[in-house]
Amino acid sequence: MTVRPNAITMRRRRELIGGAVLLVLLALLPLPIANAYLRGLIVLTLLYAGLSQGWNILGGYCGQISLGHALYFGIGAYASAILFTRYGIPPPLGMFASAALGALAALLVGWPCFRLSGHYYAIATLVMGMMVLLLAQNWGFVNAAMGITIPFRKQSWVDLEFRIAVLPFHYLMLAYAAIAWAIAWVVEGSRWGFSWRAVKDDVAAAESLAVRVFPSKMAAAAISGAITAVGGALYAQYVGFIDPDSGLGLSLSVLIALPAVVGGVGTLWGPIVGAAVLIPVQQLSVAWLGGSGNGVDLMFYGALIMALALARPQGLVSLFGARSRAGGEVADRA
Amino acid sequence: MPDPVLQIRNVSKSFGSIAANVDVTFDVGRGEILGLIGPNGAGKSSLFNSIAGADTPDRGEILLDGRRISGLGAVACTRLGIGRTFQVVRSFDSMTVLENVMVGAFARTSRTRQAMARALEVLAFCGLGGRADMPAHALTPPEKRRLEVARALATEPHVLLLDEMLTGLTPTEAQAGMQLVRDVRARGVTIVMVEHVMEVLLPLIDRAVVLHLGRKLTEGSPAEVVRNPEVIRAYLGDRYAT
Repeated sequence: MTVRPNAITMRRRRELIGGAVLLVLLALLPLPIANAYLRGLIVLTLLYAGLSQGWNILGGYCGQISLGHALYFGIGAYASAILFTRYGIPPPLGMFASAALGALAALLVGWPCFRLSGHYYAIATLVMGMMVLLLAQNWGFVNAAMGITIPFRKQSWVDLEFRIAVLPFHYLMLAYAAIAWAIAWVVEGSRWGFSWRAVKDDVAAAESLAVRVFPSKMAAAAISGAITAVGGALYAQYVGFIDPDSGLGLSLSVLIALPAVVGGVGTLWGPIVGAAVLIPVQQLSVAWLGGSGNGVDLMFYGALIMALALARPQGLVSLFGARSRAGGEVADRA
Repeated sequence: MPDPVLQIRNVSKSFGSIAANVDVTFDVGRGEILGLIGPNGAGKSSLFNSIAGADTPDRGEILLDGRRISGLGAVACTRLGIGRTFQVVRSFDSMTVLENVMVGAFARTSRTRQAMARALEVLAFCGLGGRADMPAHALTPPEKRRLEVARALATEPHVLLLDEMLTGLTPTEAQAGMQLVRDVRARGVTIVMVEHVMEVLLPLIDRAVVLHLGRKLTEGSPAEVVRNPEVIRAYLGDRYAT
């Protein structure tokens, strides 16, 4: 069967070209930048673009708002760090274990929680995340509250350790964000993507069209958990340290969700746009306003998010007026 | 009935203390257009939900091509060949018209290109070919009804359940809707229509089953049914039944 070009096929081709152009630009971006702080800022932004893209698979396309994604991040970070420091398994391999464990954890959380709907689901994921945080703080195997330090031995791509820390990590995180984006692009155009959006819009109608709701949610959770866990593993290598607060904290769950929410929930570009705005603002406000423990940076950051939410409830991507909600016109729904 | 495609056997369904269907039995012949009529609260929509798999009857069973489908759930019923529309339109409003129909087409294929080709064909058949790339929420109310039909047709049903598809349409729109129903039947799809406004339905249907207070009152040709004193009493009250 042949299909003439239509809005969907043309949009997907434009997205692919846009993604390729952006990839090239981001690959060149750090070259003229000498400032290590700025380079680090970009690395963090790319990491969160990937993490939030993973969150967006479940929270955006499938509409299951998770406030416990730090759980998968932490599991991924700990898995790769423990495999590396105790068993000598290099992180590029350990990441596969991270992805598998992240997917498994998401399935275990989804099994009971997907029986809940709406706010109850979000609250359940929040509680799950906090439970695991408390467990990790008291569990000797993961060094409890002390955390795990990844000692620097030698510069190596196999061990993902670099002395001049930033440039190789730029390309690692860029590859991560790009792969997360590519996964989102593929599933968005697949039967799964359609099932997820149908489940999000109207469960009864979806079932009447033979969409299997529970398995669809579980599939979204597994992919989402796996992507998030790999991000956690990369983060552990980048920082060289992981502890319960930095890997499993509630604020991390929010940070993972925010770029997609601010950028545009359930859109391909939302997580990237959201991360590009939020992460630099967050880091710079800490650098300029924080540090004295007065919390002005957080007030500033919170005010910015409120302003964005009020001005653009559909997400920043709606500014471009593009057919950004995976084909639906976003701008005219505001 | 020589060749029933759908058999409703002694179906009862209660919601709490309210009996929505009581011992309802009838057959639907292959290729016919059957009207399921009755005043508000007669149990039409609840019977519909049982046939579509959204509800499970408390007693009795429903057979599609001789195979029991009651209690299997909506997903299995759709896979086995029951398509349905909803009384209150339930389009996927974050999607385009074409994407809405593709969700239905994915019931029969996992390949995106095939689903898209199938959806485009069904949209053209339903007179929505020019609307494919519009957001579903931007359609007019009669177009949304057509979208519901298109989406259900994309699942390739043997039996299509239409829930008040013509209600609330202007006479011209209703005429167009009736023509669509005839076209769908011409494709070999058996049709069961729920409607509480009888006038709209009578010229269209081959046979009618009348429900009243959850029970089957009578069945027969449209002409027989409207002359039946019990039907007149159910709709208009004792005064008009002679």
